[in-house]
Amino acid sequence: MISASLIQAAEGDANPLLPNPWEALVVILGFLVLLYVVKKWIAPAFEKAYQTRIEAIEGGLNEAENAKAEAEAMKAEYEKNLGDARAEASRMREEARAEGAQIVAEHKEKAAVEAARITEQAQQQIAAERASAAHSLKAEVGSLATQLASRIVGEALEDDTRSQRVVDRFLADLDADQSAQAGQTGAAQ
Amino acid sequence: MATNEGGFQPPTISETHLPEIFPWMAEWGTGFGKNMLMVILSVIVISWFFMWAIRKQSLVPSRTQFIAESGYGFVRHTLGRDILGEKHFRQWIPLLFAVFFFVLVNNLFGAIPGLQLPTFSHAGPAYALAGIIWIAWIVLGFRTHGPKFIKLMTVPSGVPKWLLPLLVVLEFLSNFIIRPLTHSLRLMAVMLAGHIIVMLAGSGVEFLVAQQGGLDGYGLGALILVGSIPLYFLELIMMVLQAFVFALLTAIYIQGSIEADAH
Repeated sequence: MISASLIQAAEGDANPLLPNPWEALVVILGFLVLLYVVKKWIAPAFEKAYQTRIEAIEGGLNEAENAKAEAEAMKAEYEKNLGDARAEASRMREEARAEGAQIVAEHKEKAAVEAARITEQAQQQIAAERASAAHSLKAEVGSLATQLASRIVGEALEDDTRSQRVVDRFLADLDADQSAQAGQTGAAQ
Repeated sequence: MATNEGGFQPPTISETHLPEIFPWMAEWGTGFGKNMLMVILSVIVISWFFMWAIRKQSLVPSRTQFIAESGYGFVRHTLGRDILGEKHFRQWIPLLFAVFFFVLVNNLFGAIPGLQLPTFSHAGPAYALAGIIWIAWIVLGFRTHGPKFIKLMTVPSGVPKWLLPLLVVLEFLSNFIIRPLTHSLRLMAVMLAGHIIVMLAGSGVEFLVAQQGGLDGYGLGALILVGSIPLYFLELIMMVLQAFVFALLTAIYIQGSIEADAH
């Protein structure tokens, strides 16, 4: 049954290998029209879209690259500035410390000088007062002793030169006594 | 359709040629039939779809634009750039694109209920398209290499001299006669076979259910109906594959023509 129909098909008017020329013509014309449309409008449109996309992507990548480079440069600058600032700060600290030390030293020195000056002044004053005290005491003690002695021995000792000599001897003795006493006190101290 | 009382009569190949819609030009053969209408429809559909899909050319494509761009990119890269090479492929994109989608859409017509006829199951359209490519191939060959093209295509290099007479004849037949025939018949035969299977299943189901009836008639009819579903998908794969193969061979022939001296 099937073989019969196949034979019929092969022998009959509808051999599948024989073309229908009008179909072929329609296909040729249709295909050429399609080819024209594709060449003229479709392919350029797709190529353009494709190209713009590539450019957009590449542009975006470049932009990102630039931004990255910029950010890196900025970071490097910041780091440099930060380093500079740190160095500056530590230098300033160092300076301040040195200055502080210098100020302290100066003040110490000044204080020491002042102290020495005050001490010296005091000693000088003491020495001067002591000298003046000794001087006034010497004169007063002499006159007091003379007075006392003249009262005790009367007018016998009116002679000035003699009495002066006596007074001097007395004072020298007194001085010797005093220095002996001072030596004793210093030794005791 | 076979409606005799005796038994089932399978549909014949004559029935793949449908009666013409307009008896126009009928005195030279057939009139204007469904097949021709579908060819024109395919041209309109392809042109309209791709022009509509790319009309905005947006950087971030819509779904339609994405699908269209994927189709275009497939032809551009897989068929164009990968085969023709970075140097030549750009000018051939339109031809490859038109060939691929023309064949694809016309094949897919066979899978659309109502149309259900792959245009290339008829020999005429297949010969016509393969013929266009054959002519393009030869013209390109002569334009690239001049008259030397014939020698490049028929005289293989590096064979003993005494073999040459035989080989030249064989090469000539193979490249200039058999190549366009196989190019067209491969497509036509696969589409015709698929179409006959669909017809056979359809008329078989109709016969079993409408004519024979009964438990075995309905059962067998249902079985064939279920079995035709995987066949449908197989056909679908075949349609896409044949479109791809046809366009791929087009690209390979063009490449052979451009670089005939390299082989």
